[in-house]
Amino acid sequence: MKYVFLFCGRSDDQARFEALPPEQLQEAYRRVGQWFQQYGSKITGGEQLQPPSTATTVLPGENGKPIVKDGPFIEGKEVIGGYAEVEAVDLDEALEMAKGWPAGPVEIRPIVERMGAPQG
Amino acid sequence: MHAASYEAVAEVFRAEAGHLTTSLVRILGDFDLAEEIVQDTLLIALERWPVEGIPRRPGAWLHTVARRLAINRLHRDARYRDKLALLAAPSGRREPDDRLRLIFTCCHPALGREAQVALTLRAVGGLTTTEIAHALVMSEAAVAQRIVRARRKIVQAGIPYQVPSDDVIPERLNEVLTVLYLVFNEGHLASGGATPMRRDLVDDAIWLTQLVCRLLPREPEPMGLLALMKLHSARAASRFDSAGNLVLLRDQDRSLWDRRMIAEAIGLIEGAAALRRPGPFQLEAAIAACHAEAVSFDSTDWPQILALYDMLLGLAPSAVARLNRAIALRMVRGPEAALAEVDRLARELDGYYLFHATRGELLSELGSREQARAAQLRALELTDNVAERSLLARRLGGVPSDERALQ
Repeated sequence: MKYVFLFCGRSDDQARFEALPPEQLQEAYRRVGQWFQQYGSKITGGEQLQPPSTATTVLPGENGKPIVKDGPFIEGKEVIGGYAEVEAVDLDEALEMAKGWPAGPVEIRPIVERMGAPQG
Repeated sequence: MHAASYEAVAEVFRAEAGHLTTSLVRILGDFDLAEEIVQDTLLIALERWPVEGIPRRPGAWLHTVARRLAINRLHRDARYRDKLALLAAPSGRREPDDRLRLIFTCCHPALGREAQVALTLRAVGGLTTTEIAHALVMSEAAVAQRIVRARRKIVQAGIPYQVPSDDVIPERLNEVLTVLYLVFNEGHLASGGATPMRRDLVDDAIWLTQLVCRLLPREPEPMGLLALMKLHSARAASRFDSAGNLVLLRDQDRSLWDRRMIAEAIGLIEGAAALRRPGPFQLEAAIAACHAEAVSFDSTDWPQILALYDMLLGLAPSAVARLNRAIALRMVRGPEAALAEVDRLARELDGYYLFHATRGELLSELGSREQARAAQLRALELTDNVAERSLLARRLGGVPSDERALQ
C-alpha cells in the first residue's frame, strides 16, 4: 500500500519552533532526521514545504478564467508543513511509523492505486 | 421443519455470521464484497426461516446461499474470475476459527467508534441493518451509510485483516472491549419497550464478549468485561418498578437478583485474577461484585469499594470513575468529603447529567435545598433517557419532565 504522510501543525507552532534556542532547535532537527533514517527503506519521496505565507492558490473561476489568489487553499490555523511518500504493508505499519514522528500530528492518506492499464 | 421464532433465528445468525464473513473474506480477499454478500444471505434467511423453519444444518445452508450469491456477483465482474473456482468447490469441513481477525478489523482504531459498533454488530454478530437501526434508534439509511463508509475505508486505507502483533494487543483489545461494552450499555440502558423485531443488544454484547473470551483464553480483561456484564444483567429485574420507573441501587429489591449469574461472574473474576494482570474491566467487575454480594446497601463493603476505585484510577484515570468513587467516599467518610471531591470535577463533567444528579443528592443531604434543586434541574436538562428523566423529576418533587421540556 502506498500512503502520503501529511505533516501537520498549527500556524503558531512554526513561530514557536523558530523561537527555540539553537541547541533545542538542533535537537528537534536531529530527531526528525533520525525518523527519516529509521524508516528510510519505506520512504519513497517527500519534502519539507515553505510556510503557508509563501503559498499562492489558483482557483477555477467563472467563464473558465482561473483566479490567482495570495495564501493557502486550506484556511484556518491548521497547516501542512511537509509530506512523505510511504510504502507500507498495511495501515498498521503506517500507523506504527506515524506514531514515531517527533514533530506534531500526521495525517495518513492512502493514494489511489491505478490498476489494469499497462504502462507506456 | 416448522416456523422458527425470531429469537431462534437471531441465535443462529450470531453463531454463523462471523464464520460466514471470515470464510468469504478468505476466498474473495475483499472485505467490502464479502460483508455485502453475508448481509444479502442473512436477509434471504430472515425471509425464509421464520416461515419454513431453520434448516437442520444452518451453517451449511448459509454457506451454500452465500456461495451462490458470490458466484452470481463474480460472473458480472471479470476481475474476480480466478476466485470462481474456489467458490465452486464446496468446503466440506469447517475452517479454523478466524473470527478474532474479523473482530479486530471491525474495531480498528482508524474507524470511528460508531462505525466500529455498527460493523461489529453486523459482520460478527449477524444483525441486519434494520436490526441495528432499531437497536441504536437511528434511521436505516444512516446505519447503512455508516457501514458502507467503514467497509470502503477498510479496503481503501489498507486496514489489515489480522490479529494485531503482541506488542499492540493490550491497546487494541481494549478498543474491542470498549466497543462491546458500549453495545451492552446501549441495550442495558434502553428502557424496556421490546418490539418483536428488535434484537436485544445485551444478549448480543454478552455473546460477542463470550466469543472473545473463548478466542483469547489467556487474556484477563475480556473475562473482566464478561463478569461486569453479567453482574449488571443479574440486577436487571430490579432496575425498574412495575410502572416502568427506574429504581436506584439503594432501593432495589435484592431478592430479585439472579444469584446464579452473580456466582458465574465471580467465578470469571477469580479466573481473570489468577492470570495476575489487573485491568480496568476486572476492577469494575470487582466493584460490581461487592455490590452484588452485599445483603443491603448499608452493609455493603464500602471501604473495599473505595480501595478498588483507587486502584482503578491508578490504572485508568477518568473523571467519571472519580465521580463514582465519590459515591463510595460518601459512604465511608460522609457527604461533605464527597461533595468536595465532586465539586473538583465541575469543569470536566459539567455536561454529564449524573454529575449534577450526584451533586444534587449530596447538597440535599447537607441541607442546601435551593442549590440541590438547581443541580437536579440541570441534570434533568441533560438527559434524554425517559426512565432517567422521570426519576430525576420525582426527586424534584413531581416536576413532570414534559413540562420542563416545554420551558
